[in-house]
Amino acid sequence: MPLLQVKNMTHFFTGLRAVHNYNLEINPGEIRGLIGPNGAGKTTIFNLLTGVLRPTEGEITLEGTDIIGLRPHQIAARGIGRTFQNMKLWRHMTVLEHVKMAHYSQLSYGLTGAFFGTKKRVRQENEIEEHAHTLLALMDADQFADQKVLNLPYGVQRRVEMARALATRPKILFLDEPTVGMTPEELVGMMNVFRKIHNELGLAIFLIEHRMKVVMEFCQRVQTLVFGEVIAEGTPDEIQNDPRVIEAYLGKEEVA
Amino acid sequence: MEVKKSNPGNTKRFSGLRHFFSGIPASGWLLAAFAAVLLEFYVGDPLTEILGLPKIPALFGIVIILKKPHLIPGAFAYVGLIYLLPIIIVAKITAPATNWVSEKLDRMPLWFSAILHLVLLYFVLEIWTDISDYRLLMLKLTLIAIMITLSLNIINGYMGEFSCSHPGFIALGAYVASVFTVGLFVNDRLLGHALLPQALGQFLFPIGLILGGLVAAVGALIVAIPSFRTRGDYLAIISLAFMFIVKSLIENLEVVGGPRGLGGQPDWATLPTVFVWAVLCVWTINNFVESTMGKALNAVRDEESAADAMTVNTRKTKMIAFMFGAFWAGVGGGLFAHVLRYVNPGTFGIKKLAEVLAMVYFGGLNSVFGSIVGAVSFNLLSEALRPLEIFKWIIIPVLLILVMIYRPTGLIAFKHFNVKKILRPRPGSKERV
Ligand SMILES: Nc1ncnc2c1ncn2[C@@H]1O[C@H](COP(=O)(O)OP(=O)(O)O)[C@@H](O)[C@H]1O
Ligand SMILES: [Mg+2]
Repeated sequence: MPLLQVKNMTHFFTGLRAVHNYNLEINPGEIRGLIGPNGAGKTTIFNLLTGVLRPTEGEITLEGTDIIGLRPHQIAARGIGRTFQNMKLWRHMTVLEHVKMAHYSQLSYGLTGAFFGTKKRVRQENEIEEHAHTLLALMDADQFADQKVLNLPYGVQRRVEMARALATRPKILFLDEPTVGMTPEELVGMMNVFRKIHNELGLAIFLIEHRMKVVMEFCQRVQTLVFGEVIAEGTPDEIQNDPRVIEAYLGKEEVA
Repeated sequence: MEVKKSNPGNTKRFSGLRHFFSGIPASGWLLAAFAAVLLEFYVGDPLTEILGLPKIPALFGIVIILKKPHLIPGAFAYVGLIYLLPIIIVAKITAPATNWVSEKLDRMPLWFSAILHLVLLYFVLEIWTDISDYRLLMLKLTLIAIMITLSLNIINGYMGEFSCSHPGFIALGAYVASVFTVGLFVNDRLLGHALLPQALGQFLFPIGLILGGLVAAVGALIVAIPSFRTRGDYLAIISLAFMFIVKSLIENLEVVGGPRGLGGQPDWATLPTVFVWAVLCVWTINNFVESTMGKALNAVRDEESAADAMTVNTRKTKMIAFMFGAFWAGVGGGLFAHVLRYVNPGTFGIKKLAEVLAMVYFGGLNSVFGSIVGAVSFNLLSEALRPLEIFKWIIIPVLLILVMIYRPTGLIAFKHFNVKKILRPRPGSKERV
């Protein structure tokens, strides 16, 4: 059984057909790529799969159960973690608070714990704090734990965001252009992060990415989306040499 | 994060002063304050006579200074001799001892140390208010103001929504608690004979307050359901409407006296009662906002979609916070009614709203400490400036505007209220001297 399966998903934004007849299957541990020019509908697909938007038509199942209609926090708790194209960090919170926050659904101390500071709360807060430090160390960002996230360099912010997504204990991680706007050094750091996530945690990854270098190295299969439709699907090699893909990208992004 | 204006010259000038005081722990300050109020208790009267003051200055002489300029030297001398000098001297002299005690307490459970400090604080306040009923009333109202300010800060600060319904919640709490006590324990013209003996009431009073809080929380639910369903600024409008609805509802409810109000509440909101409720309020709210569940409010405020994606149940988070805030406003309202022993619906209008908002934004958003400072300084200021009459309502708004310009989020915004840190020993300066 595939981890995540999408069948014939279509979405309209009042008149605009943003996604058309989209299909997807991701197996545990697999790394999938999604490429396409700006405005193709890539982020929209992420939003549809994570419950931010409700598809006009189609089926989405996670580990065999239908997740359409669930609210985003429920889908996240069931195992789809995500990062955002524009990060969406919380401007008044520290790095550690970010990563702790993403454990929300794993907390069970309830209102009594929150209001009266019960033993259970102290224990659970300590547990998630420890886990948060572990993830931050994995992302090479633990030294920034007590800093406000806004004061940090861009590359670090990206890694914090990644740690935050991992804290939800996802089975599959959605990454929306995680290397956009990075300097070559930051890119090297991020590629190391991908390797760690894949090798050490064995997570499935669904990656929206413009840099062919990244796609070539990590993805087993890649889809190319243009105007909401998948025009080509295959291994990175096949995609790179597909004339339709080259045409779609002509004079647009750095495919080669 | 926030605009921090620091003036290097200023810091230097005050660094000596700061250094002088930095070695004194919280317990030392409390002990010194205790000494000062004891001093006032025993020699306050003779000293006022010697200094030619009509009576003991109730609020540190500020009122006297504004009212009768020729008494300024006397007022200054009084404050210096009773408060300033004794506090500084006692705090400084006892610093080694109080630091030793704080050191010991620091190693014990936090609740134990906190309760000891609070007991000492309570006695300071108790003795201080023994001098005059005016002080007692002022203090009770200030403690209630802290509760109400803090409870609104949850919504307008921590959650970042703009709610105007607080006077409505306070009114609900005030009236529910009043109906509970007056209806059950007092022979009242409107609510009939007492059903239970007065002696029992003292013990059941907390139930009345909690009932008031719960009804306010239900009111919050009524505001929250339509407001949080959709994104947008509906809350400000719906909550404002709610405030007016509650007010006119009470005005039209003859059984609680309508616009004339409801009086005769038993005198159960004593200083210890108000003090304990205020401490409970600060304690639970601080617990809440320092927990990851409570910090979810900040996540919702700063970037709601990211909160959602990180498994935060955003709608539930907002509902709980809103109802929790309303609950404490309701409890505060119940106490308010029993401190004044009379309420009327006119109290819970726009003016109350302006006052509560001012305290929240003046003290500082997203900050327990800020709300305490905001409520205390606003109450002190508004009492102290009372002799200026109409000018008071020019000075206070101007001050507010200045704060908004130089510190848009308030005096002490976005600060953690860390009790352990506040109570810690401060032996540092001993070595440096
Ligand atoms: N909430 C929305 N309402 C209306 N149109 C939208 C919305 N979100 C995205 N779109 C439109 O859908 C199309 C696809 O957008 P998007 O998924 O963000 O593209 P990509 O991520 O591939 O760059 C664009 O034309 C965009 O303007
Ligand atoms: Mg996009």
